[in-house]
Amino acid sequence: MTASELKQLKIAACKVRMGVIESTHGAKAGHPGGSLSAAEIFTYLYFKEMNIDPKNPKWEGRDRFVLSKGHTAPGLYAALAERGFFPVEDLPTLRHIDSYLQGHPNMNLVPGVDMSTGSLGQGISVAVGMALAAKHTGKENRVYSLLGDGEIEEGQVWEAFMSAAHYKLDNLCVIVDNNGLQIDGPVAQVMSPYPIVDKLAAFGFKVQAIDGHDFDAIEKAFNQAKETKGAPSAIVITSTKGKGVSYMENQCGWHGKAPNDEEYEVAMAELRAQLAELEAM
Amino acid sequence: MAEVKKIATRDSYGAALIELGKQHDDLVVLDADLAAATKTGVFKKEFPDRHFDCGIAEANMMCVAAGMSTMGLVPFASSFAMFAAGRAFEQVRNSIGYPHLNVKIGGTHGGISVGEDGASHQCCEDFALMRSIPGMTIICPADDVEARAAVKAAYEMDGPVYLRFGRLAIPVFHSEDYDFQVGKGEILKDGTDVAIIANGLLTYEAIKAGEELAATGINAMIINMATIKPIDEELVVEAAKKCGKIITCEEHSIIGGLGEAVCSVLSEKCPTPVRRIGVNDEFGHSGPAMELLKQFGLTSDHIVEVAKDFCGK
Repeated sequence: MTASELKQLKIAACKVRMGVIESTHGAKAGHPGGSLSAAEIFTYLYFKEMNIDPKNPKWEGRDRFVLSKGHTAPGLYAALAERGFFPVEDLPTLRHIDSYLQGHPNMNLVPGVDMSTGSLGQGISVAVGMALAAKHTGKENRVYSLLGDGEIEEGQVWEAFMSAAHYKLDNLCVIVDNNGLQIDGPVAQVMSPYPIVDKLAAFGFKVQAIDGHDFDAIEKAFNQAKETKGAPSAIVITSTKGKGVSYMENQCGWHGKAPNDEEYEVAMAELRAQLAELEAM
Repeated sequence: MAEVKKIATRDSYGAALIELGKQHDDLVVLDADLAAATKTGVFKKEFPDRHFDCGIAEANMMCVAAGMSTMGLVPFASSFAMFAAGRAFEQVRNSIGYPHLNVKIGGTHGGISVGEDGASHQCCEDFALMRSIPGMTIICPADDVEARAAVKAAYEMDGPVYLRFGRLAIPVFHSEDYDFQVGKGEILKDGTDVAIIANGLLTYEAIKAGEELAATGINAMIINMATIKPIDEELVVEAAKKCGKIITCEEHSIIGGLGEAVCSVLSEKCPTPVRRIGVNDEFGHSGPAMELLKQFGLTSDHIVEVAKDFCGK
């Protein structure tokens, strides 16, 4: 990717992070930690990777994205809004009564959301069904699904992985956000899902392990995934939960807590500084 | 009563899928390693590329079906009622019901007439579970003709449908020109003393009971209520007003099924005494289906007994 492209993606990711802070602050609730760790993934998917049309969110030929870790809706909403699916100004209505921005994604309310999720472990199975249907009908749609590293403790995830490999779904690309933390503590201590890469490989995936905040690595991995034939792809990203907001980074406590007014100002000041630095590049 | 042809509604399910499959390329069938028992195996034989075995993983199967439906296919996800409605309840609730996706669920081996497999496989809770999901349509057909019509109707309507079929071969009493409509009950016999509202294999038992009761001077109204949700409120109220007494009959727990659906309508719209015939708050057990049905009071004889007592005769 060109330097200019990289700069634009970094700027978009920073704005997605700002959207996460705006929305969770507006909601006085929500999940900033895992939204921030996946900000580069959300950004890359919606700004570079996926074949989509923000003006025609239900376009049949579009690629599909299923946010299996549905609680990180603030990250998805921020990316969708930034990409033009709906006004960025609506983000602070997250979780408000009568807002279309439900606490967890609702496909019937939010333009651009391809599946209602929230109950962990189910989205990946839905993504498998989408990929299977696309294969069955000879369509070119690619299907992407983002899971949390805590989420893969759900048994259903492995049922889904098994079926993805069984049906040779090379139009499916799974991303596992290995930020290392879940609600009760480090995933390694709560219920270790490790070794994630080896397990996915054993389940028949072509697996790549990358730095989840490095756009060059992300691009390379998604390109590699598209070239993979006869097996589903998995990209395991190593990431920092809460990335981009100093006091949230690597803190379990920011899994599902909103910044108060003071914390909001600090977070936004930090992100604005990052944005200014990027724009000056 | 003359000897009648008997067919298990699970066989009707397989046959109906083939018929529909011939007309509609978007119909696909999913199963969880039970194709031989749920009878989707016959569809698989006819359309191998449109039958997807998901292995013994019902939770995944329900969500895979959900995903397929978002791509424009019309999936029929099949398993035993116990696993389709029970094991995968939360998947059905969150990934099919909540987004109101166009997935049809075929739950076979409903009720205690599963027989020898025993309580672990005798699902008497599926109506209750599925009724609790907003927007879910629930149909439990009474014979082969109605079962095939119900599968067709489920395909033709948009939105999630739970279809309940049985393992036991049961009498076929509808004629081929029967006009099944989702959400509409069927008056099989008019009457004034007591209305018997049944579904599934209890409908035929209710018909027999109606004939026996007539001989004792009780004029029973017999209603087949295949659609449990949305229930035909109008007909329930009409029957209550006409007869003043209602008996419900179902091969399901008396908790949460047809009986409670009828009671819910009546308590708000036309308070009327109701007696519920079904599986009482207990588990089933192993045994031949016919003996179990007798033991659990799911027969015409028991309906007659309850009706007589209810009518003071």
